[in-house]
Amino acid sequence: MTMEPKSFQLFPESASNFAPSVDGLYTYMVVVSAFFSLLVGFLIVYFAVKYRKKPGQGIPAPINDHSIGSMILEITWSVIPLALSLVMFAWGASIVFHESRPPADAINIYVTGKRWMWKIQHMEGAREINELHVPVGKNIRLTMTSEDVIHDFFVPAFRTKADVLPGRYTTEWFQPTKIGDYHIFCAEYCGTKHSGMIGWVHVLSAEDYDKWLAQGSGEGSMAEQGESLFNQLGCGNCHVKGGHGRAPNLYGAFGTKVDLSDGTSVRFDESYTRESIIYPQAKIVAGYDRIMPTFKGLISDEGMLKLIEYIKSLGDPNGVVPGKTLTSEPSDIQKSGQMAVPMSEEKPQAANKSTASAGTSANAGRQQ
Amino acid sequence: MASQIVQHEHSSTLKHHFASDAQQLDAATIGMWLFLVTEIMFFGGLFLAYFAYRQAYPAAFASASNKTNLWLGAANTTVLICSSLTMALAVHAASLGKRTLLVLFLILTLLLGGAFLGVKAYEYHDKWVHHEIPGAHFECEGCEDAGHAPLFFSLYFGMTGLHATHMLVGFVLLVIIIVQAARGKFTAKWYTPVEMFGLYWHFVDIVWIFLFPLLYLIDRSHTGLK
Amino acid sequence: MITAPPPEKTTPNYLNHQHGLKSWLLTGDHKRIGILYLISVTMFFALGGLFAALIRLELTTPAGDLLESNQYNKVFTMHGVLMVFFFLIPSIPATLGNFLIPMMIGAKDLAFPKINLLSWYIYVLGGIFTLYVLLTGGIDTGWTFYTPFSTSYSNGYVIAAGLGIFINGFSSILTGLNFIVTIHRMRAPGLTWFRLPLFVWAHYATAAIMILGTPVVAVTLFLVVLERGFHIGFFDPAYGGDPVLFQHLFWFYSHPAVYIMVLPSMGVVSEVISTFSSKKPFGYTFIAFSSVAIAVFGFLVWGHHLFVAGQSIYAGLVFSVLSYIVAIPSAVKVFNWAATMYKGQVRLETPMLYSLGFIGLFTIGGLTGLFLASFGMNVHLTDTYFVVAHFHYTMVGGALLGYLSGIHFWWPKIFGRMYSQVWSKVSAALVFVGFNLTFFPQFLLGYMGMPRRYHVYPPEFQVFNVLSSAGASVLALGLLLPAIYLTWSLKYGEVASANPWGATGLEWQTSSPPIAENFEVTPVVTTEAYDYSTQQEVVHVG
Repeated sequence: MTMEPKSFQLFPESASNFAPSVDGLYTYMVVVSAFFSLLVGFLIVYFAVKYRKKPGQGIPAPINDHSIGSMILEITWSVIPLALSLVMFAWGASIVFHESRPPADAINIYVTGKRWMWKIQHMEGAREINELHVPVGKNIRLTMTSEDVIHDFFVPAFRTKADVLPGRYTTEWFQPTKIGDYHIFCAEYCGTKHSGMIGWVHVLSAEDYDKWLAQGSGEGSMAEQGESLFNQLGCGNCHVKGGHGRAPNLYGAFGTKVDLSDGTSVRFDESYTRESIIYPQAKIVAGYDRIMPTFKGLISDEGMLKLIEYIKSLGDPNGVVPGKTLTSEPSDIQKSGQMAVPMSEEKPQAANKSTASAGTSANAGRQQ
Repeated sequence: MASQIVQHEHSSTLKHHFASDAQQLDAATIGMWLFLVTEIMFFGGLFLAYFAYRQAYPAAFASASNKTNLWLGAANTTVLICSSLTMALAVHAASLGKRTLLVLFLILTLLLGGAFLGVKAYEYHDKWVHHEIPGAHFECEGCEDAGHAPLFFSLYFGMTGLHATHMLVGFVLLVIIIVQAARGKFTAKWYTPVEMFGLYWHFVDIVWIFLFPLLYLIDRSHTGLK
Repeated sequence: MITAPPPEKTTPNYLNHQHGLKSWLLTGDHKRIGILYLISVTMFFALGGLFAALIRLELTTPAGDLLESNQYNKVFTMHGVLMVFFFLIPSIPATLGNFLIPMMIGAKDLAFPKINLLSWYIYVLGGIFTLYVLLTGGIDTGWTFYTPFSTSYSNGYVIAAGLGIFINGFSSILTGLNFIVTIHRMRAPGLTWFRLPLFVWAHYATAAIMILGTPVVAVTLFLVVLERGFHIGFFDPAYGGDPVLFQHLFWFYSHPAVYIMVLPSMGVVSEVISTFSSKKPFGYTFIAFSSVAIAVFGFLVWGHHLFVAGQSIYAGLVFSVLSYIVAIPSAVKVFNWAATMYKGQVRLETPMLYSLGFIGLFTIGGLTGLFLASFGMNVHLTDTYFVVAHFHYTMVGGALLGYLSGIHFWWPKIFGRMYSQVWSKVSAALVFVGFNLTFFPQFLLGYMGMPRRYHVYPPEFQVFNVLSSAGASVLALGLLLPAIYLTWSLKYGEVASANPWGATGLEWQTSSPPIAENFEVTPVVTTEAYDYSTQQEVVHVG
């Protein structure tokens, strides 16, 4: 779906809660920079003209000490720029503090980057490719990961970006303030079609968004699909409700602090969940044995996000109704030796991650 | 600007751009120390990676590091420290102009260095036999958090491999110096290459002194659950 | 116009001291080695410039009509690799530094002439590897080699390229090592630290960075080569590694590297501004120490390349404040240079024009660095054309202009010939105008959101891209002209006297070109640096 090309403009649209502050800081910086550039430029031109060597001008006087200078000037032109700079630092820091604290009521949307497309999953089940529909005036939190190399989810109109890493979750949040369509760009070089890994954010009114969401994916919410995965993979055999099984309790556990066997503690967040599924022996909950098998290569990145949504929902008494059977997509579970069904025509070029001993087959056909 | 003729004795080992033997030796010494600083930074990258990953995956590192052979590592440490002793004795012999003693100590250093490399080769072979080389066929028997265990072994091979490469280079240089010493190139007045090589050899020894505890000693008593 | 009586053309000097290819390829003379480097870096600069021209040509239109995506990606990668590692890093230190430092301190040569020659051969070997990569299909990783793309996904000759840069790094390390030992131990009698030319101070600081930083990128690239060859998982999450660790290790060198590129230029500017104002640099001690401060603080700011990369925000804030602190010594230099001209006797010869251009453009480049140092602003601007504009202002408007200033300043000393004043001033003007036309629009593109390394782009970005490409053609012309008139001057230029500019400094006390041993007798220094009262007459040229 292509949008009409935007006409020539000097500034991107200001469409998020962060944009005014970032634009304000930018204006300050431009003013300060213009002032000093012009000052320096003026000084050197002025001195070059005013003190131009005249014919017959005499030889300069001898100097005695190893420095002509002025301590007062040196201090002045160190301290004033430093002070002006520290304003830039502090202002930028305050923006980032704000940007790093997504509000608790933020709507979660999951982004998976893959060469060269963006796959978006809404909690309620709707999915999209290279487009992100969001409601205006609501807080949106993107939880993102990559299936291959580092990408970056950049929305200039929102003034936000964050790298999207393989094997990890990164987040960015924003509150769209203006209905419209805005560019999404991949902003971390990722290979051949890096400049084609673009899309559109569609900011809709609240009603339009609800209407759009209702079209959904027909497969149920992410949490429901995650429950189905949970059952298929047999997680519940050990992770029984109440935690009296061989494995720690998951119900109501997401978001809490977990004590580990080595005395440290960790927050039960998306990254911890993912790590515990792929590298289950990296962190062991206090009081439990090191017996969980790894599911590395058996769950796709999108399936992982569904599982995470399900585990998140276990904390919610109004969560998934047990017993409701829904099938997960065939792409979520990978059999050994097979790649997940790709959603585009892209042939899998990346290392085959399906087995724990991935490696040699991935090199076939690639130079050196 | 006044100028004056600078007189200096032209010993045969004094290069024309230096004003005196002392200046030349000084320059060589500073140069070698600076080179060793670059080597510290070179190994430093690997040490940083080691600390970063050990901190992130302590269980994997603890159990994987138990796979190194403590006795072979200790033997190698002893061998290398002894070779530093023989090297220092060689430099001392050179400063006294004692050619035979110099050659003797240099050869001892060479043998001890060779012993180190031989033990290392054996250890590497042992790792190969037990499939502990990261890659397609990696296995870490009884290792906790085996998914991250390859990181330890990558660092093991990377760090000891880089160290062994430095020892090999030293080996070759040492052979050259032994030949030069046997031919009487060094005198009590000038033995700079011996001295400079001594600095290099001691440095390579010190790197091992750091590698040994990090790769062999830490968490040796770790008894993980499996 | 007064000119000194021209010396005999057959006066012995280092150029006619020995003849034949072997006398050049096996030389220990720092001056000849400087010229060997001059030839090689110019060749790599031309190649990198060719790729730049291709980039700007392609980007005149939003669609990818000149090159395919894979080709474009290889072109910008090679442009970066060649310019950063094979031009900017060695440019001034290996050409002007090698040639001038022994002369400036009254020595016969650097401390280790053979290591100096070795460093050139290592540079050439690294260059051959890189040319091999180029001829066999290139690499498309970007000059930054981010993992896991470079280790597991790129379809280019990453291992060969990594090795080429790895080898080239040792050239840099050996050069730095030579400089430090030389400056410490081979100064002429009476030449105390605070009588040293600021060019020497700048190179001392640069050499410290070369020694401390380069080994880290060497080991990092070595690990990338290992990982790509054996898949041993330092940096790829598929094997348990961390791609952000690569970025930390890479930028730990690559940020100080930019100071390797710019500090020598600042040394040149200090010499040129002083000479063409006939005045000692204002705040000499502050300028000297600012070079050291930049070198020290330059090692503490690498995380500002990782603000959005997944680094902790607290680490980010520390790097942000340090990035502001590192900017202050550069500001101090700029103000001191301006103050040097105050009540001086200013002459606008070509080297002076380039140095004044440096001050203007580096100021803009440095100020835009402040935009990027602010964490919150960086989130919007990083990985956009704003960054591209920023580093081209500092690297081209700064480092390259300083290099051109130095080449034009010391050309008569190195070759004993003067070049055309008219053509050189015309070129300087073309470079200045063309440069601004090329890169200023890119700041605007960046804020608008155009990401970097984009082969195709949305049509609303076209206007500024066309402006930028138009400017690039002017810049290219301005840079081509010196190749012509400087080469022409070697045969037909007016013979130069020992000190055509009326500069101070020991290098101007010997003949142009210098004799092989630099000085008939070792000078003894009895006066402070930059004492223009010792000039009998200030010589005008052109």
